[in-house]
Amino acid sequence: MTVRDVVVTGLGATTPLAGTMSATWVALLDGLSGARPLDAPWAADLPVQFAASAAEEPTARLDALTARTLDRSQQFAVVAADEAWADAGTPDIDPERLAVVVSTGIGGITTLLEQYDALRERGARRVSPHTVPRIMPNGPAAAVGLRLNARAGVHAPVSACASGAEAIAQGLDLIRAGRADVVVCGGAEAVIHPLPLAAFAAMRALS
Amino acid sequence: MTDNDILAAFADIVYEVARIDASIVTPEKRFVDDFDIDSLSMVEIATAAEDKFGVSIPDSALSDLKTVGDAVAFIAKAGVAA
Repeated sequence: MTVRDVVVTGLGATTPLAGTMSATWVALLDGLSGARPLDAPWAADLPVQFAASAAEEPTARLDALTARTLDRSQQFAVVAADEAWADAGTPDIDPERLAVVVSTGIGGITTLLEQYDALRERGARRVSPHTVPRIMPNGPAAAVGLRLNARAGVHAPVSACASGAEAIAQGLDLIRAGRADVVVCGGAEAVIHPLPLAAFAAMRALS
Repeated sequence: MTDNDILAAFADIVYEVARIDASIVTPEKRFVDDFDIDSLSMVEIATAAEDKFGVSIPDSALSDLKTVGDAVAFIAKAGVAA
């Protein structure tokens, strides 16, 4: 049995170093760090006082409606996918041959917390109808899949910090298995919030 | 509140939820076909309209509101709190 060759045709990233793949790469080669002090008032009592937050707000690259309906983790996924798609030359492909595998380790936790506040303070009818698509772990994959009209499958293998790497491996498998010709794959996360930071610190996973 | 007042206030809600410019939110416009507003955003619009106009828009009525004019008429008939 011959193994089908798979190639990477486009890259995208929005990171603590920069808002694009190319600028991230330049910053990496320059040896820059994306870690910075957490000086917001909400961080004052946290056991950790720094984080590698995004260099650029994802909303800078999204239309207002898209930004409004997506969780922050999904905004990052869409911004990176848009860049990768453009970098690949905006492929003209049958949607039935295009798949998406985009993962997150935690996903829409800030939406979950914000909507829990809405529930407690204003009641059940004030919980946003967008809550479920914003908090589900396959939300980033779904957002990218809808944007690119991918119909060969939209998946989100979740495996903690390895989620994005596993997504790329699954994309490779989908092409080799003949289920898709192009797969947009990767990972996105947005957990710089007091609760996840306190929780990771409590398990002594932060320095 | 006149129908025009309701329309103007309703158009602000449509802009807030779906980022449709208020100037094109006119009575004959259809939420789905003209504005591409999905069912989840329609629920948001209805909830915001309940808050703003002091009316109740049950889910069973929401599915019948196909145009901006339908919504304005429903709100006017339901009795707008000034």
